[in-house]
Amino acid sequence: MKMHPLQLDDRDRALVALIQKGLPLVPRPYAELGRRIGMAEDEVMQRMDKLRLSGAIKRFGVIVRHRELGYRANAMVVWDVPEAEIAELGNCLARYPFITLCYRRPRRLPHWPYNLFTMIHGQSRAAVCGKLAQVIGECGLDDIPHEILFSRRRFKQCGARYCTAGESVEPARVHEEATA
Amino acid sequence: MTAAMQELSALDRAIINRLQDGIPVCEAPYAELAAELGTDETTLLQRLQALKAAGYLSRIGPMYNVERMGGAFTLAALRVPEARFDEVAAIVNAFPEVAHNYRRDHAFNMWFVIAVADAADIARVLSRIKAATGLEVYNFPKQEEFYLRLKFDV
Repeated sequence: MKMHPLQLDDRDRALVALIQKGLPLVPRPYAELGRRIGMAEDEVMQRMDKLRLSGAIKRFGVIVRHRELGYRANAMVVWDVPEAEIAELGNCLARYPFITLCYRRPRRLPHWPYNLFTMIHGQSRAAVCGKLAQVIGECGLDDIPHEILFSRRRFKQCGARYCTAGESVEPARVHEEATA
Repeated sequence: MTAAMQELSALDRAIINRLQDGIPVCEAPYAELAAELGTDETTLLQRLQALKAAGYLSRIGPMYNVERMGGAFTLAALRVPEARFDEVAAIVNAFPEVAHNYRRDHAFNMWFVIAVADAADIARVLSRIKAATGLEVYNFPKQEEFYLRLKFDV
């Protein structure tokens, strides 16, 4: 899924850097952003639309702290899937709302045989395990080797310039976090 | 429902759920959202301020598609000897390109995301982490994405 980078000019970049700190909580937030970087409200909105429609901004909304909201368990569940089945299983897993990321990544043999990575968030480890049992049954994954990697400690979140979902998946996500 | 969620009013939960789906780009986006949620702009702005102050929301803003912006990210892992864990964590976390870092229960016990504004920097950061820690860095770049949903219903 390679995409060509979008051409951003200096005014786009100024807006990207500014809005990273958050949309101001005032009645005319785009006018307020513009006031800070010498841009009219209309221009701010036009550039925001361009960034969103082009996919440079994939979501624009509130980003929650899922731990504070009670989603305390997050597990990376990794699967060793035959190449011929990966699309089918990946698409099956991706349908569940509690699976927040589902990526194919390379194996690193001999230590790491897994090529499909999913992230499951839940309110407890038991809840995560229950969800895992459900998808194993419903997607027919009984014969697919897998491991659950629960997170024990979060050291750092979103120190880098771009927060990705989930990868926070901050994600972060990215991709949050993206989480990872 | 979790304890945290029970502390939130029905309006707070509706706000969090609705605003995860997106904020419109228009002159008065909060007024528009407030009308949709059956409240008024002043109340919505007050609740958002309070939810942020209470730590339920990290921010109100964009999630960028790093690749589309010319940047790149990857997931990487280390197998850290238990006795060195804290020392290695400090080294890895000191890299500004490390976006988040989780300890996980596995021989591959440290997992972090590297995010860079210039895609060419990924390899450079990986080799610098290897040099700084003396450990093999396993790179797990995304090859295919089946889905991306990061919404927490409250």
